[in-house]
Amino acid sequence: MVTPNSELAYNTKIEGDIVVTRVDAVINWLRSSSVWPMPMGLACCAIELMATASSRFDIARFGAEVFRFSPRQADCMIVAGTVTYKMAPHLRRIYDQMAEPKWVIAMGACASSGGMYRSYSTLQGVDRIVPVDVYISGCPPRPEALLDALIKLQDKMTRNGGTAKQLLSA
Amino acid sequence: MSSLAAAPATDLLAVLQARFPAAVARPSGDHPAFNLPMAEVPAALRLFRDEHGYDLLIDVTAVDWDVEATPRFSVVWHLLSSTAHGYVRLVADCASDTEPTAPSVVSLWAGANWHERETFDLMGIRFTDHPDLRRILMWDGYPFHPLRKDFPLAGIETPLPDLEVAELTKVSVLPAPMMGGPFVASTGEMNLTDAEPRAKDESWNERNAKPAVL
Repeated sequence: MVTPNSELAYNTKIEGDIVVTRVDAVINWLRSSSVWPMPMGLACCAIELMATASSRFDIARFGAEVFRFSPRQADCMIVAGTVTYKMAPHLRRIYDQMAEPKWVIAMGACASSGGMYRSYSTLQGVDRIVPVDVYISGCPPRPEALLDALIKLQDKMTRNGGTAKQLLSA
Repeated sequence: MSSLAAAPATDLLAVLQARFPAAVARPSGDHPAFNLPMAEVPAALRLFRDEHGYDLLIDVTAVDWDVEATPRFSVVWHLLSSTAHGYVRLVADCASDTEPTAPSVVSLWAGANWHERETFDLMGIRFTDHPDLRRILMWDGYPFHPLRKDFPLAGIETPLPDLEVAELTKVSVLPAPMMGGPFVASTGEMNLTDAEPRAKDESWNERNAKPAVL
């Protein structure tokens, strides 16, 4: 029986052990499926960050459970808390030590904008010193909000165009 | 009312004045409080600690009365008796309004170390004979003492502590003015969009430069 096959599905009987795809899509999928976060826990948001990693919310469901306290082993810095001017240069140095490609999540009001700490001592938004990919509102945000930010970041990773070209030119 | 803590301030005053005639009672809404000449403070604290059971140093802090006031700075010590559960407060004026100094009491209580560093950091009181008088909250090299009356809450533009990162990011410590407050919600407003908390007075913020007259 001949049927018009309009599905772009993988048929093992016809194609054997071969998957056809684009290299960009594969690399993006690999990256987004195993985000290794660098927990930059600076204030109470870090408590929610820990809750997100714990069994109840389980960030492992999204492939991001490998928290690394060494910037060289991480690719997503989660800035969870108030960044003071005294801390800001250290944060930037840790970001610089992370290997490319790398992403930043600004978790909560303080990391996003300085929050309620509008004073001489507090950096008014971590995006002044590092590029931020996703901002999370809340003071502190609930774990669901952090998971939502992670999903948004993964979406951003998979939408990245020209990944292979970027790798080759790097 | 037999404990030391419950003793009226006049009794402690008599005790104090017997050794330090210059001591006077200080108006206080809560605990017994005394004014003393700065030079006599360590000996008076030792008297309270060794002979009257005030064994715990709760606080070393300072007051900036006003930029024009003389004396401008007073240093405040709070002691607690851990057996009688009462506080006592000693206050001494700094002789200099520009270079205020006070004697360190680290030799009496090791815990005074960080209190005095914080008071030095934020108020600029130099504690003589302190073993390690460095800033404790702000970074080394920060040029101001932020809790002084002439320091604006918003801050003053300063380079970042790390010059390498400052050069890389072109970021400096910028004033963060809080004109009208950032979280002022409109009351009685049914429309939630209009009722969102926002600053009511934005005459000085990141978009508008500081006005000449505030």
